[in-house]
Amino acid sequence: MAATLEKARVSREGEFVVIDAKGMHYRELNELIVRVIEEGAKKLKLINVNGQRFIADGLRGEYYIEIYGVAGDDLAAFANGPTIVVYGDVQDGAGNTMNAGKIVVHGNGTDIIGHSMRGGKIFVRGHVGYRVGIHMKEYREQVPVLVVGGTAGDFLGEYMAGGRIIILGLERLETYPEIVGDWLATGIHGGAIYLRDTIEEDKLGYGAKFEELTDEDYAFLRREIEEFCSYFGGNAEEIMKAKFTKVVPLSHRPFAAMYSDSKEAGH
Amino acid sequence: MVRNFPPDFVVRVDKEACINCLRCVRECPFGVHEYDKEKKKWKRHHEKCVACLRCAYMCPTQAISIERSPMEYSPHPVWTNRVRKDIKTQAETGSVILTAMGNELPYLNYFDHLVLDACQVTNPSIDPLREPMELRTYLGRKPEKVDLDEYDGVELKTKIAPNLKLETPIMFAHMSYGSISIEAQLSMARAAKEVGTYMGTGEGGMHRDLYPYADHIITQVASGRFAVHEEYLKRGAAIEIKIGQGAKPGIGGHLPGTKVTAEISETRMIPEGSDAISPAPHHDIYSIEDLSRLIYALKEATRYKKPVFVKIAAVHNVAPIAVGIIRAGADAVVLDGFRGGTGAAPQVHRDHHGIPIEVAIASVDQRLREEGIRHWGSIIASGGIRSSADVAKAIALGADAVYIGTAALIALGCTVCKKCYTGKCPWGIATQVPELRKRLNPDEGARRAANLLKAWSHELKEILGALGLNSIESLRGNRDRLRGVGLSDVDLEVLGVKPAGR
Repeated sequence: MAATLEKARVSREGEFVVIDAKGMHYRELNELIVRVIEEGAKKLKLINVNGQRFIADGLRGEYYIEIYGVAGDDLAAFANGPTIVVYGDVQDGAGNTMNAGKIVVHGNGTDIIGHSMRGGKIFVRGHVGYRVGIHMKEYREQVPVLVVGGTAGDFLGEYMAGGRIIILGLERLETYPEIVGDWLATGIHGGAIYLRDTIEEDKLGYGAKFEELTDEDYAFLRREIEEFCSYFGGNAEEIMKAKFTKVVPLSHRPFAAMYSDSKEAGH
Repeated sequence: MVRNFPPDFVVRVDKEACINCLRCVRECPFGVHEYDKEKKKWKRHHEKCVACLRCAYMCPTQAISIERSPMEYSPHPVWTNRVRKDIKTQAETGSVILTAMGNELPYLNYFDHLVLDACQVTNPSIDPLREPMELRTYLGRKPEKVDLDEYDGVELKTKIAPNLKLETPIMFAHMSYGSISIEAQLSMARAAKEVGTYMGTGEGGMHRDLYPYADHIITQVASGRFAVHEEYLKRGAAIEIKIGQGAKPGIGGHLPGTKVTAEISETRMIPEGSDAISPAPHHDIYSIEDLSRLIYALKEATRYKKPVFVKIAAVHNVAPIAVGIIRAGADAVVLDGFRGGTGAAPQVHRDHHGIPIEVAIASVDQRLREEGIRHWGSIIASGGIRSSADVAKAIALGADAVYIGTAALIALGCTVCKKCYTGKCPWGIATQVPELRKRLNPDEGARRAANLLKAWSHELKEILGALGLNSIESLRGNRDRLRGVGLSDVDLEVLGVKPAGR
């Protein structure tokens, strides 16, 4: 990478280091991000981002990164601590297998957002696509939270093993006005999904069931929705007034009775 | 209803030799031996015996012997005893039959129908005791060409992708902490470090006791993403994405919550007591392009310092799949044949899915060569490698290195009783029960696992010497040094091997 190009692409703006990503290959951009962080940057602003993948993947530490444009696939995959604010959309796999940190998305998200995430939070102002929150987990004090202002597609929270997903449905799609698609929480064996609406039971996948919300649930929702409103505006009180539905696992051991052998069969 | 289900084995005890010490009662984790102290009477539950032979070898007076049960159903070539027993088990339980270790059906074993060449008269053989013999193997992407800067001394100008350096082309396969004990993992980690090779973590994460050996450990990213954490990825020597497994192609895995103890939950980073479910597919991978995305996400997360391997079960279209994997950016493709072992698999998958490793190696190597990209990635073969001869044949068919799983466990004391999934391994390997784990001493285990690698490596050198070769590299894909015995024309064509006599 030519030093002159680098100089032209990296500038300072108060406490921010600004990188102009226009026309850059993701590898070049990510290399540059790692370099400026190694040189001491704590706050970064990435401008003209247009689909570059893998931004902040595996990044450890409490960095603050603002992204202007569309962040490409696997934003903050395996990340461990950074806060990322995206003024635009995110593509597939934002927060994939993330351990800690926060992603705030002012636009929409596509598929598999928050796949396998173990900790941290993701807030999306708009809609998200299919297979979102699949196999989310939790571990000790780490309980990941995903809050979506709009709606979610099919297979939301499939194989979910922990964590919390909140779908607010504040905006609806004209083509599919329902708050969530089909096969909701198929194979869920941990965690919970909250929908700010009522849905038919036939949307539930195998292994999922409805459960009444408790005071604790409402207190949790209020906290998360207040944080959501702090990023995107809106009135938490008003949002809380609607009816919520909670979806939880039928069992934490869904496959307990699936197998046998001759010894266990009593032969 | 009468349960007409004869036992598989019978426990015979020499009453004169038995001293009623009750050692067998303590040794058997399956509850075969029972002694009524009041009535002073023995009861042997033959139906629970798995022929692990633990009691027989621990009996201080050698009073016990285990025999195959003479009581069998009337012979029938189609309705074999096993078929009839399986049906009765399923009629009783209504569930999937679970088993362990590799494919048990008598499919053709190609290794046993391939023979190696040897030098006679012309092109004399080499004595490895007198001449250097190279087993060192590098796994990973190789450059198109090498540019040297010879202006001031010789310097390598070409940037070489990260490779794993193996002192012998044999590695320990991925067997997770959870499926096997930490003592078993430690044994292999120490042996790998001593011999200069690698072991795999499986999907169970890396126990902290393994950290000192981390530069000889390949971490795994499987569909459950258990333990996958940036520190874990950065700690290991390489990363392996597990798509499939030879023992159970096309299906995921479930570690039952009863086995998720405090320590297991810590390395997998999941709650104690909950089922650990690895879905059949990776939910972020539905295409080769998606696979490529995960490969590069892992490379980005580790700053391109670690080779990334992709493991698949050997299945019908293995060649184009492997080519896709290499083109997607993998530094090696791991092929796991249908004889590959497992700690737990439904019997129907273990015995009926996938293809033999020998044909998979040959077809993948052939296809990568035809496409001119054989140097883009290495081929690692696994699934039923039993001896140095199998290693040599796998390499001659086109593999760069092999993984051994079952063979390594046998070195640690396993007797292949096929009850790994019960978590009650009588030899302290596939168990988390503290009293059972004590049966495997990791110092002794490390010595035996290292010995196995050393013995096979020595034999490999002797094999190369007999072939007149002085490096394992010269054997790789050198199918002209193999001949088939008793194979059909089509088999020979697929293997790319001539029949004996030609």
